[in-house]
Amino acid sequence: MRTLKSITSIWVLPVVAALSFSMVGCQSQQQLGSNADAASKVYVAPGEYDEFYGFMSGGYSGQLSIYGIPSGRHIFTIPVFSQAPTNGYGYSEETKAMLETSHGFIPWGDAHHPELSQTDGVPDGRYIFINENNTPRVAKIDLKSFQTTEIIEIPNSAGNHASPFVTQNTEYISAGTRFSVPVDGEGDVAINSYAENFDGTLSFIKMQEDGSMKLDFQILVPGFDYDLSHSGKGPSHGWAFFTSYNSEEAHTLLEINASKNDKDFIAAVNWQKAAEYAAQGEGELVDAEYYRNYVDKNDHIAKSERNSQVRILNPAELEGMIYYLPTPKSPHGVDVSPDGKLIAAGGKLSTVIPVHSFDKMLQAIENEDFEGEIDGIPVLNYDSIIAGEVENPGLGPLHTEFDGNGYAYTTAFISSEIVKWSLETFEVVDRIETYYSPGHLMIPGGDSRKPWGKYLVSLNKITKDRYLPTGPELFHSAQLIDISGDKMQLLLDFPTEGEPHYAQAMPSDIVMKDQVKFYRLEENNNPYAAKSEKAAKVERDGNEVHVYMTSIRSHFTPDNIEGIKVGDKVYFHVTNLEQDWDVPHGFTILGGNTAEILVMPGETRTYVWEPKKAGMFPFYCTDFCSALHQEMQGYVRVSPEGSDVEIAYGTGQ
Amino acid sequence: MRQQIATLIVSLALLVGCGGQGSGNQQQAGNQDAKDESGLTQFEITNGIGPITEAIEIGEIDSAKVEQGAQIFETKCSACHKMNERYVGPALGDILETRTPAYVMNMVLNPAEMVKKHPEAKKMLQEYMTPMPNQNLQQDEARAIVEYLASVENEEVSATQ
Repeated sequence: MRTLKSITSIWVLPVVAALSFSMVGCQSQQQLGSNADAASKVYVAPGEYDEFYGFMSGGYSGQLSIYGIPSGRHIFTIPVFSQAPTNGYGYSEETKAMLETSHGFIPWGDAHHPELSQTDGVPDGRYIFINENNTPRVAKIDLKSFQTTEIIEIPNSAGNHASPFVTQNTEYISAGTRFSVPVDGEGDVAINSYAENFDGTLSFIKMQEDGSMKLDFQILVPGFDYDLSHSGKGPSHGWAFFTSYNSEEAHTLLEINASKNDKDFIAAVNWQKAAEYAAQGEGELVDAEYYRNYVDKNDHIAKSERNSQVRILNPAELEGMIYYLPTPKSPHGVDVSPDGKLIAAGGKLSTVIPVHSFDKMLQAIENEDFEGEIDGIPVLNYDSIIAGEVENPGLGPLHTEFDGNGYAYTTAFISSEIVKWSLETFEVVDRIETYYSPGHLMIPGGDSRKPWGKYLVSLNKITKDRYLPTGPELFHSAQLIDISGDKMQLLLDFPTEGEPHYAQAMPSDIVMKDQVKFYRLEENNNPYAAKSEKAAKVERDGNEVHVYMTSIRSHFTPDNIEGIKVGDKVYFHVTNLEQDWDVPHGFTILGGNTAEILVMPGETRTYVWEPKKAGMFPFYCTDFCSALHQEMQGYVRVSPEGSDVEIAYGTGQ
Repeated sequence: MRQQIATLIVSLALLVGCGGQGSGNQQQAGNQDAKDESGLTQFEITNGIGPITEAIEIGEIDSAKVEQGAQIFETKCSACHKMNERYVGPALGDILETRTPAYVMNMVLNPAEMVKKHPEAKKMLQEYMTPMPNQNLQQDEARAIVEYLASVENEEVSATQ
């Protein structure tokens, strides 16, 4: 965690520590509101629903967690970049391909920023995207099924951090590289040749009409670290903004070496212009291996597509695509106001929050009001584009969200607080302390054109004493804050799994209305499906054995299988014949070297087993499905290699 | 005990069958709205609780409907129901002798409420322990299943003759 480290170095400065403590002291008096009042605001009665779906990044769990807001109840976890033993995602034959990359199969990922798809700048509840930081990827999750349905890998990138922020109508999804690296696969160079050989890329993934993702183009940029992004909206629609730090181009001890310049840059990208260049065939198609994995809509089986080229656009050759906005100091978040006119940056080592004006930016571009140029990218004059600087924003400002009522809210990591400031006067009007050290914050729709500005969630990096202690390792701590009044009011603490870097939320009724509750058997096109007990069978093909198995409350067909031999590779293709909501059946077998499969109604999932010794191997349903769930079991007899036991199977015979 | 219940159901079905014809309709509807001690109307006692709110007549067997019903039955019902033997659920070969077509359809279309509220369905759950799953069929699909069950019954009748 670079952010954490660089800030930790400041934390040790006694002056800062003293300052932050004194601030905490002032704040705590304001916290003593009515507990009963707070409790009633977060109470969701049994059987009732939360007002908002909250989508919290699972961070280093690689997954996406779903919470109800305001109750803070953890409702579900969507497996995305990591294998999920709970349901067999990434283990079963039908899902393994989702985790393929140009580096081979990867069982884990570091998820950072969820971002809801938008129409006209407003979350529309169709999809949520999330980035993988370590091996650069972007995932798309379908909110009808809450399933990950596509993952695309990003080449020429490392640490895919400035991602996956959508444009106003989800035309494009951003992916900016945090590490600059040698592009074109020429990575075998001396590290100290950084200045010469290392570049950054800002990638744009296009949402195609059929809903699939395509890496449309990458913009080649100087070898800084690109940190976060957000797209323009309304008047600034057509632009995307990326923060960068390490304009020093350090390759070692960045904590010190990348913190020297007073200003780094926000890269303002005219993506519409860049997309035009790409459509005209400008730039260069370079060799790059990257995967796109997707769930085939026809048979619900994940498939991998290997891509071998990507289009790179070079600003030195193609004008008008990108400009640098000087921004103090090592900026982290970049957030665009709901009206699309202001661009706020969280300069994490800065003493103010700089707020750029989009109009002034356009004016400066038109007037060629440049203070320089870096690798063909014009650098605008800071004084010409700044709309205002928020004074006294707390120490270590990181991220800003908006309430839609003229106010912005910024987290201050070091002083552990959230400050509320006016988009008109740029003055701080309220502040509330958080426990402890917030990174991102989230207001439902808070990075869109129409925030639902009722609650704010502070996504804190440090938990310490907030919950019952659980040894050295703790869940992170989120805090729900009421922002409906003039003063922010702390309502609730709730723990979050992994590290919820960023989060999104939107009204429940929009997401709820088209939920998939089960899959229709008639539409099950898995080639190994057994859609009735009559179709259940066991077939040997050399040393491969395919078991076409059905499950329904409360038996498997077949449930007695003989004729399996050591050295066989047995595929259990389990089809769940149920056609109702919330009746999954699980499957696992003694000694299986994999996770269970949890098969949704109407679906087929495949569990592979290679028995290593002769014997009797019971299997059973892992999900308590009925009063006779304990009876939902069977046996597989395994004979020694070369024995002449014939395949035989059945149920109830 | 089971036989007594079956007799009761059959006689109820007969009563409804007689009352349900011709000009007695309104009068009968009035009677059927009255609830007994189980909280169910006479109609519901006889024909089950659910989306089927009118008695279903099986006329001449429609072979296309039988084929459709047989297919659905194989995919969505046969894992638990056989015609001539008790399996996970009861044998269905002669089900229409003890249940009205509408009752069978309501059991198929609305099993959760049936096993909760209908005294007969409740007893079946106590006996078989595995609740009848909702296979989310359309009404016309449930109707086709009934047609199929009626055809099976006819076959058996002709086989024994």
